[in-house]
Amino acid sequence: MSKLIYLVPLFPLVGFLLNGLGRNALSKAVASFIGVGSVLASFVLSLLIFHETRAVDFTPQVVTLFDFINTGKIDIPFSFQVDQLSALFLLIITGVGTLIHVYSTAYMHEESEMHYARYFAYLNLFVFSMLLLVLGSNYVVMFIGWEGVGLCSYLLIGYWYKNNAYNDAAKKAFVMNRIGDLGFLLAVFWMIQRFGSANFSEVFAQAPDVPAAVLTGITLLLFLGATGKSAQIPLFTWLPDAMAGPTPVSALIHAATMVTAGIYMIARSHVLFDFAPITQTVIAIIGLATALFAATIAIRQNDIKKVLAYSTVSQLGFMFLGLGVGAYTGAIFHVMTHAFFKALLFLGAGSVIHAMHHEQDIRRMGGLRKFMPVTHITFLLACLAIAGIPPFSGFFSKDEILTAALLKNPVYYVLGVIAALMTAFYMFRLYAMTFQGRFRGTAEMASHLHESPKAMTIPLVVLALLSVFGGLVGIPEVFMKDAHRLKTYLAPVLDVKNQGAASLTHLPHNTELALMGGIVVAVAAIIFFAIRAYGRYQFRDEASTGLSRILERKWYVDECYEFLISKPLKAFSGFLSSTVEKVVIDGFVNGIGKAVQSGGRQLRLLQSGQVGSYILIMVTVTILFFIIQLFWKS
Amino acid sequence: MPVNYYIFLSVALFCIGIAGVLTRRNAIVVFMCIELMLNAVNLLLVAFSKMHHLAGLALDPGSTAGTEAQLFVFFIMVVAAAEVTVGLAIIVMMYRNIHSVDINFLNRLKH
Amino acid sequence: MLSAFDNFPALLIWLPLIGGIVTFMLKQGERAKAWSMLSSILTLVVAGTSLLFTGSEHFALTQVSYVWLPLLGSSFTLSLDGISWILCLLNAISFPLIFAASSRGSYRRPNVFYGLMLIAQAGLMGVFMALDALTIYFFWELALIQVYFLASMWGGEKRIQAAFKFFIYTFVGSLLLLVGILYVYLKTPDQSFALASFYRAELTVGEQGWLFWMFFIAFAIKMPVFPFHTWQPDAYEQSATPVTMVLSGIMVKMGVFALMRWLLPVFPDVIADYDNIIIGFSVIGVVYASLMAMRQDDLKRLVAYSSIAHIGLMCAAIFSLQQDAWHGALVQMFSHGINIIGMWIVIELIERQLGVRKISELGGIAQKAPTLTIFLVIIALANVALPLTNAFVGEFLMFSGLFKFNSWYAAVAGIGIILSAVYTLNMIKHVFYGNTNILTETMRDIGKDQRIVLSVIVVLIFMVGIYPEPMFRLVENTSDIILNRIQTK
Repeated sequence: MSKLIYLVPLFPLVGFLLNGLGRNALSKAVASFIGVGSVLASFVLSLLIFHETRAVDFTPQVVTLFDFINTGKIDIPFSFQVDQLSALFLLIITGVGTLIHVYSTAYMHEESEMHYARYFAYLNLFVFSMLLLVLGSNYVVMFIGWEGVGLCSYLLIGYWYKNNAYNDAAKKAFVMNRIGDLGFLLAVFWMIQRFGSANFSEVFAQAPDVPAAVLTGITLLLFLGATGKSAQIPLFTWLPDAMAGPTPVSALIHAATMVTAGIYMIARSHVLFDFAPITQTVIAIIGLATALFAATIAIRQNDIKKVLAYSTVSQLGFMFLGLGVGAYTGAIFHVMTHAFFKALLFLGAGSVIHAMHHEQDIRRMGGLRKFMPVTHITFLLACLAIAGIPPFSGFFSKDEILTAALLKNPVYYVLGVIAALMTAFYMFRLYAMTFQGRFRGTAEMASHLHESPKAMTIPLVVLALLSVFGGLVGIPEVFMKDAHRLKTYLAPVLDVKNQGAASLTHLPHNTELALMGGIVVAVAAIIFFAIRAYGRYQFRDEASTGLSRILERKWYVDECYEFLISKPLKAFSGFLSSTVEKVVIDGFVNGIGKAVQSGGRQLRLLQSGQVGSYILIMVTVTILFFIIQLFWKS
Repeated sequence: MPVNYYIFLSVALFCIGIAGVLTRRNAIVVFMCIELMLNAVNLLLVAFSKMHHLAGLALDPGSTAGTEAQLFVFFIMVVAAAEVTVGLAIIVMMYRNIHSVDINFLNRLKH
Repeated sequence: MLSAFDNFPALLIWLPLIGGIVTFMLKQGERAKAWSMLSSILTLVVAGTSLLFTGSEHFALTQVSYVWLPLLGSSFTLSLDGISWILCLLNAISFPLIFAASSRGSYRRPNVFYGLMLIAQAGLMGVFMALDALTIYFFWELALIQVYFLASMWGGEKRIQAAFKFFIYTFVGSLLLLVGILYVYLKTPDQSFALASFYRAELTVGEQGWLFWMFFIAFAIKMPVFPFHTWQPDAYEQSATPVTMVLSGIMVKMGVFALMRWLLPVFPDVIADYDNIIIGFSVIGVVYASLMAMRQDDLKRLVAYSSIAHIGLMCAAIFSLQQDAWHGALVQMFSHGINIIGMWIVIELIERQLGVRKISELGGIAQKAPTLTIFLVIIALANVALPLTNAFVGEFLMFSGLFKFNSWYAAVAGIGIILSAVYTLNMIKHVFYGNTNILTETMRDIGKDQRIVLSVIVVLIFMVGIYPEPMFRLVENTSDIILNRIQTK
């Protein structure tokens, strides 16, 4: 089965080519059939591969397709890595991907045929790139996918290309990703220089023999790549802007899959990171800071998608915290559960936006539970999952990360808990303002409110089931011995050696249960408070002040970047083009020309036409030569 | 007689020639001064030739060393004669055209 | 006489040369066009066929030497080896594309125009194949003078100034080159202009020092690298687009190619003294040109500056003397030629329809010409070296080599990667996305012939980008031999 692994990315690629080339000829039905079918086929294959990797005697395999770059001392095969980690990601990508493709068939039905096919082509290309990213057995193939998903993200954010603001958001996403990509690339070059290869197997095998300083450098550069792709401080500002794309795109790319690429990459390279404790500390701190920072912003946002976007940034911060404290399984677990409930939240939001005719301001919503029962229930379940109420999925994964953080450093734990509480607050603020209370839109809007079609609600229901029960694959030791099936499954990849102290020491069960219970009670209290406070929200359009204004304006980060980076860069390039290029370089070149010209003009005056003066010059110069000759000798 | 005397004489003649060329405006005088310079060089050639020839004879009675310079002198005299014809013809033409032999009027090249 | 045509190098020179002369004499414009197209396709066929004979057993087919000036020790030696093959191939592929893309344009006195183009092609072929210093100088000037006439007779309003600037710049370089060649010639053991004798020239380190700079400046002007580049934006902007394509797609490769064959192996002892200066300037040039590109409003100038950035990277990679970097640079020379010709074609299509190439005056073309937009986006993304496009392979290897030389250079040059995304996406946004204005409202999508030309380019982009192995097999032997000579001396 593993030999057929190349079919998994091939299907979406074929889907992309068919939809892309035939976009003028294909009807919507055919285009959606190709789009959904290709991803579904990959999903079926992924299931088979997943089944194979669960076997006890399964050994990781590398399937080489052809030599990509093989010249001189560099040999980079185009090859795929089949093991538990990639198989799990295959399932998440194709599974959630299929649901979102199905959802899109209904969500995008207003588009004209050509753009409809274009949309599915982009979406398939994205799935293809994402599959390359997780399947690559070396950093170069991973980088191909890495840049590929960035490109698709760019294309899909700017999908409605007539709108210039959307184009700016797309451009911002691509450029910020590229800053990270540069870090990634430099890390790859460093590896090639140091290890002579970019293949996982060879790099990891040699890692113990390399000085810690080099590994710290490599891992920090890799982490820079991850901050770009996974929207961490300082490169996170593109993600909220990326909400300009169609909502299913936000669900697939900017919540479930692409933004978790950084987590996948670090988990995949955990052998390197284990040897670089400095980097791990940096990752934990950045992750935690992002989790807190984004959560504070999410509290004061009024755009339904912006809240979810900042929530994604914050949750990604949690995952990085997990990676930083060595809880790789926990981080991957959270990637999985987050893919379920965040995709569900975005799709639910899409359903709401669809019903509201592209109104995204939650201050104008309210009371939608009456009109959209399925959306309401599934959204509520997702909110409970993300807030960490047991036994929903988010509880287990978040708890695992927090427990690992506590073992590493109690400060991480406390701050992590604060971020988790804020999560509960802003999610239920969002829920309450959207679904509770009375409808605050116009009467005309109210008359159009309706539940979304089946193609949209079925994915919601499936994702809701996953969000509710998905956590059960990772029940912690406290509740049941050896019930953490995900850990057992991933153990061959993530537990090879040196898993760090975290997995060896355990909290006393009583303490762990007490802390868990405390958090759950606190979360429940906050949920109650949030629903009380915002359930009967009345629309007020007044300028906020003080801290809430700062939060509303997102801590002015965009303005700071604009002021500190964009403006000086523009001014600098302006200075170069107006001064250096024109005055210095061209001035120098033209100066030579002018000097020759004016020199000629001056010398011309010597030609007086007086024979006598010519002879005089001749004689003087001859005498001069004689004198020089005389002194030269002596 | 030492060769030094000939050198001093020819240097003196040459300097007079240069001074004349530089200071005088009359084309004919300038022309004469040029001839003077030429002859100064001729004198020098002959003097050195004689000197070389004597030195050569002292080593080998049949030597012809230094005689080539005498030939050069004849060449120069022939060329000078040709030059005089051309030069004087130019001066005559000049006088016909501008009724003057002042070389400072000959600055047409400038314009 | 027939024996003059039984080998590939001679054919590759004679075909365009004869084609050019015949085109000159044709009076009718349409016939001149057709004839030049035919001639360039024949050349391409020959170049393509020659690829079947890369093995060493076909040595006789790829080598030719006419007696030229025996007294001076110069013979007309042409040879196809790995590094000349890839550039001759680029040259042969480019001209049919250029002719096809410009087939709808109308040029005054087309017979002269196309004739000069073909003779320039012959000159370029000669430069890439010559193994004799006097021969390469001859072809170097042959190509230069054709392009000077092409640039000064057709193009924008300020073309005379631009062409003059171009000519003066490159002529200064040529003279330095000539003097350098003559000096090395006098120092060769057997008084010969042959490259092999140049390698054996008895030069002191001091002589190598200043000769190195004479040769380098000649090539640096041609490439051009910072700070010798200011002729380029003007020349690209003012020339007729087919001429710009020849200039940017192929002619600039003369300089890069000459570094590999005529500079580094001839003066190997002094490279270590100067490599940091040159790589430093090249890397500064990459960032500088990218920053300049951000400020440009004229599409042609934008592409010109982006080209300077790419060439700067190639120059730095070659001076790093790393094996991977050299392989990468050779593949990149080919890729860059293809990509930039693609860029020019798109710009030309826009300019011919709308008469404008100012970014600020365009917008929303994607709505009116979706096919053109798709082609442009693919080519532009190849230009910013997105993986699986041709430029990624070359740039990856060049960066890798540069990193081995000194990681800081690679990091600084890497800023160029980010900036290239900035200006390329900016350009796409302002020209293709957004809403149409009065001007672009009239834009129509491209026709079938142009679609074919652009498709060829896109196919080449992906072919090299996904499976570059054949390219490496072609160049690696020759490149390694030269590099080995430099490093062991």
